[in-house]
Amino acid sequence: MKARASIEPLLLALALVALALFPLLGAKFYLQLFAKIMIMAVFAMSLDLLVGYAGLVSFGHAAFYGIGAYMLWWLSPQYEAANFWLTLPAAMAAAALASLAIGLLVLRCSGIYFIMVTLAFAQMFFYFAAGSKFFGGSDGVYVYVKPVTGFLDLGDTAQFYYLALAAMAGTYLLLRGLIGTLFGRALLGIKSNEPRMRSLGFSTLGYKLAAFALAGAFAGLAGYLDAAQYGFVNPDLFGWRLSGMALMMVILGGMGTLYGPILGAFALVLLQDTLSDATKHWLLPLGIFIILAVLFLPRGLSGLIKRAEGKRG
Amino acid sequence: MAEPVLAARGLSKRFGGLAAVDGVSLALQAGRIHAVIGPNGAGKTTLVSLISGELEPSAGSVMFEDLEIAGFPPARIARLGIARSYQRVNIFTGFSAHENCRLAAQSRLGGGLRLLRPARAERDLDAAARHALRLVGLDPGGRATAGNLSHGEQRQLEIAMTLAISPKVLLLDEPLAGMGASESARMTKLIKSLAKDHAILLIEHDMDAVFSIADQLTVMVEGKVLETGKPGAIRKSRAVRKAYLGGPA
Repeated sequence: MKARASIEPLLLALALVALALFPLLGAKFYLQLFAKIMIMAVFAMSLDLLVGYAGLVSFGHAAFYGIGAYMLWWLSPQYEAANFWLTLPAAMAAAALASLAIGLLVLRCSGIYFIMVTLAFAQMFFYFAAGSKFFGGSDGVYVYVKPVTGFLDLGDTAQFYYLALAAMAGTYLLLRGLIGTLFGRALLGIKSNEPRMRSLGFSTLGYKLAAFALAGAFAGLAGYLDAAQYGFVNPDLFGWRLSGMALMMVILGGMGTLYGPILGAFALVLLQDTLSDATKHWLLPLGIFIILAVLFLPRGLSGLIKRAEGKRG
Repeated sequence: MAEPVLAARGLSKRFGGLAAVDGVSLALQAGRIHAVIGPNGAGKTTLVSLISGELEPSAGSVMFEDLEIAGFPPARIARLGIARSYQRVNIFTGFSAHENCRLAAQSRLGGGLRLLRPARAERDLDAAARHALRLVGLDPGGRATAGNLSHGEQRQLEIAMTLAISPKVLLLDEPLAGMGASESARMTKLIKSLAKDHAILLIEHDMDAVFSIADQLTVMVEGKVLETGKPGAIRKSRAVRKAYLGGPA
């Protein structure tokens, strides 16, 4: 692992510079699209902490995305701007608390049961929001005024783009740091062989719960930014489609790498976007692409980088 | 005799109508090897799992020092200082040998914010891992992926991991299983040397090894204790010969 210097940090730094310079030439439409992709990347990375590092395949991760989004609406005065620095931590904390509570229940299951139970919880949120007058029902609710940060104007496309970029880079660095801690090592051990971890003296439920809550918080961050970008929140943000999209980004990009889900988010959304422009039967080629990717890239797009490194070394 | 470090009394485990372990009592002394032998299906591994907490006893008690631990979760029992190894190699195959032991040593730290320290900076965990690997005769650096080690080395690693949590009691479930003659001899010597600092429960089928290093022997048949005593006495026992050792009655 440490034997050979990796080219990954260099590639990531280059990608960061490219993304930072992008607003100089990108059209407004693409800035909006890329901001949306980077928000999805935050969401996918948070899921990768569960899937790729703790071995917990959640199919209900959108529950916490939705909570982050609805929190911004709920905390915003109707015709005035909310304070970004107060509402963002509150939204993340709410998502973390919800995942702590749900985690206590669902983390007793594993394998296929875990997938089904997480899906069931997210669908409960979906139907609750869709059926509740307070939360706007299936039509959703509007955040009329974007939150104020003090120095960034979130109504400005380029400035919002930089906020999304900062969120993505910050999430990556924080989660990367976390994986390198003793806690991160224990998570990898749990993914590899949980019964053995218990017999070595690790109370594995506590570790999984902490990871679940943390992943929930970052999903909440992504949901908050989504609501801030579009000013519109509806129950679909809790839906299984979104959970499934995030899972697909993680798997397509390569789980357990953190930067893989970023690649996955870009690949999936851009592909969806270009294909749906080209043909109305865009789901067919997209499906074929995903099947081929799973067949030939078992470690995802990030596996291509690893393969290139292998040849070089 | 000195106070036992760990004492099981009337330990039983029923699976439906079947009593896999039926009223077993035994006591482990510091510095001694207590071997449990018996035919396949006698309930030896089940007995280990009852002590390690991986199975909950249907009846009976397990006293560790002055604490009743029957029914505790396995992680808590391990943190008290009771470590087990497995009949089938049970390691983290994707990690290096060193990382396997390092992770085991980390369990001593417990939970809390200390876990947010960078893993690489924890030199005392490195030292503990190197110490455990050296004890069992593996390369203390141990960079090779555990899954690629030979079967014998994986067995050694299995023992090193149990040592890395610095336990007082070792529960060794067939540590010689699948080993060649020279590997077996080395492992037997190792277990003998570990008895100096640990109370050891040894489950083993290799009779030569068992009779050469055990201080105390318990013979189990169909979940029950048939006989307990010194190896010499067990060798002479008519009941044991008839039930298990296969000699003339």
